Amino acid sequence: MNIQVSADAVQWTLVGAVTDIPRQGARCVKRGDMTVAVFRTSDDRVFALEDKCPHKNGPLSQGIVHDGCVTCPLHNWVISLETGSAQGADEGQTASFPVKVEDGRIYLSL
Amino acid sequence: MTQEKQRLVIVGNGMAPGRMLEELFDRAPDVYDVTIFNAEPRVNYDRIMLSPVLSGEKTFEDIVIHDDAWYAERGVTLHRGEKVAKIDRAAKMVTSEGGLAASYDKLVIATGSSPFIIPVPGHQLPGVLAYRDLDDVDGMLGACAKGGRAVVIGGGLLGLEAAAGLKAQGMDVTVLHLMPTLMERQLDAAAGYLLQRELESRGIDVRCGANTKAIHGETCVEAVELEDGTMIDASLVVMAVGIRPSADLAKEAGLEIGRGIVTDATLRTSDPDVFSVGECTEVDGRVYGLVAPLYTMAKVAAEHLTGPSEAAFKHAETPTKLKVTGINLYSVGEFGDAEGTEDVVLRDAMRGTYKRVILKDNKVIGAVLYGDVADGMWYNEMLKSGEDVSEFRDTLIFGQAYQGGGGADPLAIVANLADDAEICGCNGICKGDIVNAITEKGLASLDGVRAHTKASASCGTCTGLVEDLMTLTLGDDFAAGAPAGMCGCTTHSHGDVRRLIKAKELKSIPEVIQELEWTTPEGCAKCRPALNYYLVSDWPGEYVDDMQSRFINERVHANIQKDGTYSVVPRMFGGITTPDELRAIADVADKFEIPTVKVTGGQRIDLLGVKKEDLIPVWDDLNKAGMISGAAYAKGLRTVKTCVGSDWCRFGTQDSTGLGIKLEQLLWGAWSPAKLKLAVSGCPRNCSESTCKDIGIICVDSGYEILYGGAAGLHIQGTTMLGKVPTEQDVLETVGALTQYYRETGYYLERIYKWADRIGYDHIKSVIYDDLEQRAAYFDRFIFSQKFAQIDPWAERVAGAEAHEFAPLADLTLEAAE
Repeated sequence: MNIQVSADAVQWTLVGAVTDIPRQGARCVKRGDMTVAVFRTSDDRVFALEDKCPHKNGPLSQGIVHDGCVTCPLHNWVISLETGSAQGADEGQTASFPVKVEDGRIYLSL
Repeated sequence: MTQEKQRLVIVGNGMAPGRMLEELFDRAPDVYDVTIFNAEPRVNYDRIMLSPVLSGEKTFEDIVIHDDAWYAERGVTLHRGEKVAKIDRAAKMVTSEGGLAASYDKLVIATGSSPFIIPVPGHQLPGVLAYRDLDDVDGMLGACAKGGRAVVIGGGLLGLEAAAGLKAQGMDVTVLHLMPTLMERQLDAAAGYLLQRELESRGIDVRCGANTKAIHGETCVEAVELEDGTMIDASLVVMAVGIRPSADLAKEAGLEIGRGIVTDATLRTSDPDVFSVGECTEVDGRVYGLVAPLYTMAKVAAEHLTGPSEAAFKHAETPTKLKVTGINLYSVGEFGDAEGTEDVVLRDAMRGTYKRVILKDNKVIGAVLYGDVADGMWYNEMLKSGEDVSEFRDTLIFGQAYQGGGGADPLAIVANLADDAEICGCNGICKGDIVNAITEKGLASLDGVRAHTKASASCGTCTGLVEDLMTLTLGDDFAAGAPAGMCGCTTHSHGDVRRLIKAKELKSIPEVIQELEWTTPEGCAKCRPALNYYLVSDWPGEYVDDMQSRFINERVHANIQKDGTYSVVPRMFGGITTPDELRAIADVADKFEIPTVKVTGGQRIDLLGVKKEDLIPVWDDLNKAGMISGAAYAKGLRTVKTCVGSDWCRFGTQDSTGLGIKLEQLLWGAWSPAKLKLAVSGCPRNCSESTCKDIGIICVDSGYEILYGGAAGLHIQGTTMLGKVPTEQDVLETVGALTQYYRETGYYLERIYKWADRIGYDHIKSVIYDDLEQRAAYFDRFIFSQKFAQIDPWAERVAGAEAHEFAPLADLTLEAAE
């Protein structure tokens, strides 16, 4: 089926190991002009968002990670790691990218 | 025509007669002249809250119900420490042991109960205490100061609260319980087991099926011997095995006595002019030990004292809750395995949750909840109303929120409650009472609701429900006026959290979040940095700083700028630099193409626009030239600004530059609630602007004036004088002590001027300036803490610490280009 084909076609890129990122922390992956923030939660889930807050482009990778969200270091917007959407009364969304973890290694599809 | 007041005499001043008086004065303020004889030498206080006093979470002042002013306003004569020896019913007169006499028209006996002491050999040794009043608590605290092991005999409500309190005070604790499981009168075996496991995980040694044979000791308690021969070392024994109504006085007066003082449903004894309320009272064949039925007695008695009334005391099941912070259990009604009863049970061993609802003929007759107790009240409602639950039996155990498929919204739960649903079990206050009080009296604060309705004013476990009701009734108006929790994750204020971290020896963020019942699993960007600071400040050398709970600036030791680059400020002690340092800064700026170099208001140099990946090499170069981080990003010591002082200035009185350098050398590296900026001026002309700094020194001919609490940001305020000292060494010690006092008691992000407004300038002066011993103690603690704080974070990171912060995980740019 079409869906199957497109799933196979996803290009996964190895970016590092889960343990390279501190729990409740983030590291950056650079590609050209774009920076992707790769987050690790306290329960070892991994998420990837463009490293730009939808508010004023603050580097989300530098924020505090809590309960599946990150708080932007510039103006305290809270962004969902899963969807990239701003939480609470704020509105906006940051691009999020598929992540796959296999044998403790992180693969991104950018 | 004025009517002469009648004389009402009350024997006893516990919670039941206290409540009765409130009810009485509410109904008829001018009917009685009231005289109280109290065997305890104090005012009426909340006995339920003795456990938090024992554990250190509250003080005696916190639990006083009626202070001296309350009695004075109502013209009540209170004889403290006067135990009544005799009631002469024929003469209508009572006489105390001290010889005080009072005549009455109406008498209320509220002699309460006395703790049951097991008459084993050695039970009269010093060090064997009951758990009944403040004197017992003081006795226990005295024993705690000496340390050792406390043996608590009795694993019921009171015994376990005593055990938890003694543990919190640092004692080793063993609980001996005769029955096979804890609190067997309120909990079934499964919940008793969960409770035992929880207590054991807190380091309390629990022994069930343990029968005490003797207490040993020469001049005071040394050991407890069990029936099976086991010996347990003990420096304190607390007996909490039950209470007995104190009815001797009534008995001698010839009143009818059963297990307690027998009354009818109007609380009248066999003498119609004599009432009895409280634990000494036996009504309809029952005696009571929990506060809710005692308050009902108080209300009924007040009704009948103030006029003809239909009010009658009726038995009701009282739910039980254990007041040990972090342990939630709730039980009500029956839970034995009686004929015809059915159980619905939900267990979640990982979360330590256990819920059991006991049904008979499709009606709730009991409930035992452990861990998740939110629905206790709902089950109790059904128990009281006798509602048939067969319609929703499938989902009954999941709780009220799951009726009708909705998610768990606490407000919805409260909204769904009937008006006569009981919210506050201690005081018997229903939802309707609270809502009416809020709307009719225009109450907008929790304290207001407590004052007018008493809801949540006793044990406090229903505070959340009362707040939900306020939110429901007032909408956003309440949220705005609510006493502030630290953040949305908790209702605890900063002050509560700081106190509990110390009292309960909480030493990590997950521990705080768990023990203080955060509503979020891991806190938020507001509370985590605060908790991290509190733990850094309270447990120097023990707590490992949690980098993931620090704001980016403190995590990477540089200030993030709006474009995501950083600024770097090396320390210049006292604002003094050298040509070599300046050359090194200039070289760094060239080498890393740093776009802006600026002189700051704190007398140092700011390099702005440094890329994150350049931070380490920039610091490396600055380190090599002898410079360390200026902490321009820190909630901690920033700068000590100075003028040139007596070295150069023709007005200078002292070496202000030298003193500034010494102060900065003493203080650098210290984390504090908010940023800390100092200045030293060499004369009262004050060229370094000491009078608007967090702490400022002004040199004068005869010594040094120490000022603090200035502000020159959003808020502008001059400093206040702490005091004058003669030598530089005194300045260092006083400033170190002041800083430490602020570090230990300040709230996160609270600048020193706000802290001082809150704590009181006079009080701070009495602690830090007037009291040399305390000053020295604070200074010593500061010096100890600095041992772990004065490590240059730049050098650590140049050497490889936190390397993940400063390099990307991967750079795919080349791959993509290929």
